[in-house]
Amino acid sequence: MNATALVAEDEPLLAANLQAELAQLWPDLRIVANVRHGAAAVEQALALQPDVIFLDIRMPGMTGLEAAEAITEDWPEKIPLPLLVFVTAYEQHAMQAFERAAIDYVLKPVRPERLAQTCIRLQAGLRARYTPVTVPTLDDTLARLRELLAIPGIHNGGSSVPRLAVIRAGVGPAIHMVPVGEVLYFEAADKYVRVVTAERDHLIRTSLRELLPQLDPHRFWQIHRGTVVRSDAIATALREESGKVQITLRGHADKLVASRLYGHLFRPM
Amino acid sequence: MLLTPTAPVANTPGSFRRRFLWRGVMSAGFGLTIALLLTARFGTPLRPNMVRSVCISMLCWFAIDLLRMAAATWRYRNKPLDSAVAVRRWPGWPLMFLSIVLGTVIGFSLGSELANLILGRAGSSYFSGTLPQMMMLLLGSLVPGTVITYWFYSRETIAAKDAAAQAAQRQAAEHQLKLLESQLEPHMLFNTLANLRVLIGIDPIRAQTMLDQLIAFLRATLAGSRAAHQPLGAEFARTADYLALMQVRMGERLQTRFDLPETLADQPVPPLLLQPLVENCIKHGLEPALAGGRIDVCATRQGKTLVLTVRDTGVGLAAGSEDATCFGLVQVRKRLGALYGGQASLSLTAAPGDEGGTLATIRLPLTEAELP
Repeated sequence: MNATALVAEDEPLLAANLQAELAQLWPDLRIVANVRHGAAAVEQALALQPDVIFLDIRMPGMTGLEAAEAITEDWPEKIPLPLLVFVTAYEQHAMQAFERAAIDYVLKPVRPERLAQTCIRLQAGLRARYTPVTVPTLDDTLARLRELLAIPGIHNGGSSVPRLAVIRAGVGPAIHMVPVGEVLYFEAADKYVRVVTAERDHLIRTSLRELLPQLDPHRFWQIHRGTVVRSDAIATALREESGKVQITLRGHADKLVASRLYGHLFRPM
Repeated sequence: MLLTPTAPVANTPGSFRRRFLWRGVMSAGFGLTIALLLTARFGTPLRPNMVRSVCISMLCWFAIDLLRMAAATWRYRNKPLDSAVAVRRWPGWPLMFLSIVLGTVIGFSLGSELANLILGRAGSSYFSGTLPQMMMLLLGSLVPGTVITYWFYSRETIAAKDAAAQAAQRQAAEHQLKLLESQLEPHMLFNTLANLRVLIGIDPIRAQTMLDQLIAFLRATLAGSRAAHQPLGAEFARTADYLALMQVRMGERLQTRFDLPETLADQPVPPLLLQPLVENCIKHGLEPALAGGRIDVCATRQGKTLVLTVRDTGVGLAAGSEDATCFGLVQVRKRLGALYGGQASLSLTAAPGDEGGTLATIRLPLTEAELP
């Protein structure tokens, strides 16, 4: 069976070129989709389940890294994760992390020799997937992706944002001041964030992406791309076979799910 | 003595201690010199002269310095500790003179006592003489006290000015670098080169055009900070070059419109005035928008005012509200302020009409000579 690939790159010329170069270097690779933004990459990746995904990092709407996060979280459990290759023009702070994280990356302008190397690596990776002995563990892939997601400045512009003490939530004409310490968890809901406390829920008009840097990362844990929970509000965590973790809260009936990407937070000490 | 509030003055504990010790050493040296002069002039024994004058000059210095710092602390009690004036502990001349008089009296009497103690001549104080004698002696000490204070004062003022000038220079260089980096954004540059590389293979003519635009853009950016003015027509052409480069990259996601009346083409404007605004449109307006959008760059005349507008049909202000504080806009505001004072302005608002997006408006005084 021929390997399949998805290319996500917002600049049309560069996308066409990457596809052409790949066709020369790896004639058997079938490009199943060529998309222009992160959300389309997630949708097409989950629908077509390619073996390899090339992701540009800066794309309109959702960045390549966020798309990778979403793809990893929603990927069907029975099928091995796709091999991810990030394509980037210039990520000043991230280069070393990419080097370290060893998920392959390609610099723009793409040089054919470098891309050939990537193809060889990918082919080796795909062969390994079908010989159970040397399968690169899922944990490895997840750990690398986590490391990349933690790099400041890739999906949030600045790094030095003051910490929030109170959430100002509009309720009709009134503003409710919700101390951050009372929040049980935050949940992304389209363009809003749902702020859940023991007493009630609030909707605030911001994105989780903007909110996250303003929260203390030791106190508030991201457990899913759409969920951030106050760590001391967690009562129990139950690991499922798939790697997902079911979470119950103190003083609230809601149950939350931590994705495989963040499952490492819930290992016994 | 006026230090600008931003003038940084070296005030690490180390430099403070060093300057304090330095003043002590200089005072001791002064005392020694006096002793040598006295011995040379009157032939009195050197050792007692040395002990006496070093004791007196050291204690005078110590008392004056302490009083000065106390006076400065009292005077700037309501100012933040790190404000430039408070940092230097300079209380101003009237309080300083009071410190010198008091410090000299205290230092003189204590110094004499100490010298007597060391020399084993208790009782023979300078203050055993008549009142006029004492006054003479004190006045005689006040003069060198004031002269030395003035000397220290001007030395440290010069040092502080030097430090401030150096810091200002460093700041200016850093600022220049940041400005250049914001104009030649590496991400933009490498992506442009990546596109150029592709075009060379498939469409050499278009590649040449793109390269010419890139060259014009680089030349304008690198030269831009040097020239004070350029014709509005040239500014429009540079902006068009930049947008043409972006158009190769973004394809159909970027549409542009330019409207420059011929009568305004020769108006002098500061170079690279429009560029940061157009970049903002791309970065905060169109790049986040999946479908992209359009950028309109217009110049109009309203009475004696030249109005330049840059609007986009992108995601709008609410989604990128940090625009107002972004480096590029701050730069444009600063430059307008420096060149035109209060006569020029830059505003950023939600664009009117149902296309959404953001509207940036620059207002400049028209240059009369250029009016038809």
